[in-house]
Amino acid sequence: MIREYTTTVEISGPLMLVDRVEGVAYEELVEIELPSGEIRHGKVLEIDSRMALVQLFEGSSGTGITESRVRFLGKQVELGVSEEMLGRVFDGQGRPRAPFDTAPPIVPEKMKNINGAPINPYARDYPAEFIQTGFSSIDGINTLVRGQKLPVFSGSGLPHSAVAAQIARQARVVGEGESFAVVFAAMGITFEEADYFIRDFRKTGAMDRAVVFMNLASDPAIERISTPRMALTAAEYLAYEKDMHILVILTDMTNYCDALREISAARKEVPGRRGYPGYLYTDLSSIYERAGRIKGRKGSITQIPILTMPEDDKTHPIPDLTGYITEGQLILNRELHKKGIYPPMDVMESLSRLKDKGIGKGKTRDDHADLFNQLMAAYSAGKDARELAVILGAAALSPLDQKYLKFAEEYEKRYISQGEHENRNIEETLDLGWELLKLLPRNEMKRIDPGRLDRYWPVSEEESD
Amino acid sequence: MIRGTIDKIAGPLVVADGMKDARMYDLVYVSDYKLIGEIIELKGSKASIQVYEETGGLKPGDPVIATGEPLSVELGPGLVTAIYDGIQRPLDEIRKEAGDWITRGISIRGLDHKKEWDFKPAAAVGLEVSGGEVLGEVPETKLITHKIMVPPEVSGEITWMIEAGKYNIDTVIAKLKTPDGLTVELPMYHNWPVRKPRPIAEKMAPVEPLITGQRVIDAFFPLGKGGTACVPGPFGSGKTVIQHQLAKWADAEMVVYVGCGERGNEMTDVLQEFPELEDPKSGEPLIFRTVLVANTSNMPVAAREASVYTGITIGEYFRDMGYSVALMADSTSRWAEAMREMSGRLEEMPGEEGYPAYLGTRIAEFYERAGNVKCIGGDRNGALTVVGAVSPAGGDLSDPVVQATLRVVKVFWSLQAKLAYARHFPAIGWLDSYSLYTDNLKDYYNEVLGGDWVPMIKEAISLLQQEANLLEIARLVGAESLSPEDQLILFTARSLREDFLHQNAFHEVDTYTSIVKQKLMMEVIMHTNAEMKKAIRNGVSPGDLFDLPLKEEIARMSYIPEKDLDAIEEINKHVNSQINDLIEKEQTA
Repeated sequence: MIREYTTTVEISGPLMLVDRVEGVAYEELVEIELPSGEIRHGKVLEIDSRMALVQLFEGSSGTGITESRVRFLGKQVELGVSEEMLGRVFDGQGRPRAPFDTAPPIVPEKMKNINGAPINPYARDYPAEFIQTGFSSIDGINTLVRGQKLPVFSGSGLPHSAVAAQIARQARVVGEGESFAVVFAAMGITFEEADYFIRDFRKTGAMDRAVVFMNLASDPAIERISTPRMALTAAEYLAYEKDMHILVILTDMTNYCDALREISAARKEVPGRRGYPGYLYTDLSSIYERAGRIKGRKGSITQIPILTMPEDDKTHPIPDLTGYITEGQLILNRELHKKGIYPPMDVMESLSRLKDKGIGKGKTRDDHADLFNQLMAAYSAGKDARELAVILGAAALSPLDQKYLKFAEEYEKRYISQGEHENRNIEETLDLGWELLKLLPRNEMKRIDPGRLDRYWPVSEEESD
Repeated sequence: MIRGTIDKIAGPLVVADGMKDARMYDLVYVSDYKLIGEIIELKGSKASIQVYEETGGLKPGDPVIATGEPLSVELGPGLVTAIYDGIQRPLDEIRKEAGDWITRGISIRGLDHKKEWDFKPAAAVGLEVSGGEVLGEVPETKLITHKIMVPPEVSGEITWMIEAGKYNIDTVIAKLKTPDGLTVELPMYHNWPVRKPRPIAEKMAPVEPLITGQRVIDAFFPLGKGGTACVPGPFGSGKTVIQHQLAKWADAEMVVYVGCGERGNEMTDVLQEFPELEDPKSGEPLIFRTVLVANTSNMPVAAREASVYTGITIGEYFRDMGYSVALMADSTSRWAEAMREMSGRLEEMPGEEGYPAYLGTRIAEFYERAGNVKCIGGDRNGALTVVGAVSPAGGDLSDPVVQATLRVVKVFWSLQAKLAYARHFPAIGWLDSYSLYTDNLKDYYNEVLGGDWVPMIKEAISLLQQEANLLEIARLVGAESLSPEDQLILFTARSLREDFLHQNAFHEVDTYTSIVKQKLMMEVIMHTNAEMKKAIRNGVSPGDLFDLPLKEEIARMSYIPEKDLDAIEEINKHVNSQINDLIEKEQTA
């Protein structure tokens, strides 16, 4: 049943208030026809027995109170899905997006509500399969596993796009040839950034295995609310109904949150920190928690959301709340970037919470966990020594501290840093770790199991340097 | 039953008209989907309802039915090993009914009403009983014997008692004649409203520590059985790992784990791990003493608000049986945020940072339900220990939820990002954490660990404090310029930090350390300190002492299995001989 009204009484920002409506449901999809014949879309944000508050996806410019014809479509926002989506570029509402995609719309196999439903925690399968990204700083230290959500916290001017594209290009599960695809959602990024990804995907052949949803900086901001949900709906379809392993890249979540703040401000809600709505945590979780694995289903959804931290501040509400929901974070560091280290991964502040189940014997190698702990402890000691050297001068350091200092330098130069097209496998990463540890005295290896230490670093080798 | 209609929908808040006779906190069914909700405000004939499920698709005019009953949980056999959502719906049953995703309007009772249990009566006809008295027992799991008690507000003379046998929980097991002359039939379960604390006979101060196997907690900042603790920390500092470690290893007889607005995968982790992990005391799977309440962050926000109450009511019920119960709530910040969200939708005047003005009161009420108590109905003592994780915005402890919590709890485990980055876990800071139970627990320690434990810990803490001051100086002048005595303080403090306080939750031996092993480890470190002090007085250079191989042996102490504890005592001998060699060398030179 479609009902049409011309009883709009108020338009303010992206919101429209329609009076004397009947039988309208909460979150119902709305079509607004302008006098020019142009169709805009929206959804019901609040409803009482007389009025409906409608959120306009494409913004309110050009809409008028008397001339807009408002139609309530009797369904919620949906996305038509099918396997034909692979290789296509859509806009924030699921229509083919020119100039990247000029082909006709896909023929949907079925329609899916873009809000999804929460996965029953009892139905989840714990992510435990190691994904090799080819980055030592990720695979060795902050290991990514299938079904994890691991965001990249970046700052303006840092190479997060290059890192994300490289992950999308290289990521694979060791020793398996299962079907793998990337779902990419761009929210409010510039044409240049979007073009970088699309061209990279095309050049490397990744495009055939990719679905792209694109809302650029020049597109309506409010559309950004639905863009990630569209992308995840497509991802869920491919993962859980077509048995594919999906890597979802969402960039830039900061723009998404700003769009949410815009709506909240227009609704005159009580603002939380920095003007963001109090429900930002809940809202973000409804996106991030759509990552995962489900028992008895083959596919999986792994998420890498990217966000730029305003002023590189990790305590800003967006990175803060994201970090509380996601299973760790990869933090890019401006200081390392200036030193010319790519990827400028701050391994100390980065963390992958799920790595413990994804590493070790049968997954990566039995020494992985100990090696990781030791490398982290040594790098930390090396950074302390570096600080000390700034105050006292390097010559005043104890011989042990000098060794740690040397270790930290080499670690950054050889372990963290690598080429934009260098794809290291896990064996190479682990062996490199041992090689670097041997810059230190053997009795400093407190975090390594004695038996394992003997195996990977026999006592006889100690004096070799 | 009161019938009304929907007037307004805004997210999880629904306003219904025609509800003049409804009562606050009554349970309601909303629309034809029968979504569960709770009345949180009444104004004239309008009732504001927080709905525990998604409200998309609801329309003004849809029916609302008030049941006249408050939100309650079912308490009886079948609780142990269960996994519930925020309003006690079993998630495994939901999956059977609705599939892998949680859809709306699913109504499943908290307990399995068909399953039969072995019931053995423990009371006889003619006995006068009151609330809390035990009518019979059901061996629920190998670890928990479920006591079937008279519901708290019922009393009377037993006129009939069922024989021992296999029954489901609906079976009437006893009939009472109340003082008013009415006959009450008691089945094996009863309902209790979640927002109402279950009554107790008497509250007492905690006198026994909850042994957790986590060295920094047991030795430095112990938690009493029946006490309260809070773990605030920024993300990535290991709140959840600590909560999991406590749920796994704490020597409570029953554990209730509430995952409140947290990650789905973390709950899966608990679900998959607990059936496999063994209780260190009995060797039985940990799941046999666990109830899980999981309302993950993407599940409806109103049910998240209810989940902590559902959890603590179940905890109180097992406490009433005389068990020592530990409840972990991860994270209370999400609970507070759910309150904030509902408060905002009700357009209430906000307090600090948008949180409602009653935030402090609600938090205090919640923690006050913990306690070491004398139970009603018989000579039983039970304890309910509550550990709440707090996730302050930006890791800033001035956060209203942290401050309101610190005003009521007695133990503060301060998680520090700096320690976490250095991969020092558990990242509990030793300088600003505290436990106000240390004095209460003194007698217990003197008896179990001997009189030297408490002074030894005091000395260790003092060494760590001196280290903090010395490090400032060392940073400016270099550690080598410090006096030998001060260098020793730095050495021992480092050993305390790295060899004692640092603990690897993922190492099969290191994950749990018995209190006896903790004492042996501490003794080795402090003994080494004393011996080295002696050597320094005898002119041995600190550099030579700090290079002794004993350092490596001490570093590996934590990996020595519980059955080989002699090996730790053995270290003391090596310490003596190595240091004495140096002293002798010094004296002959």
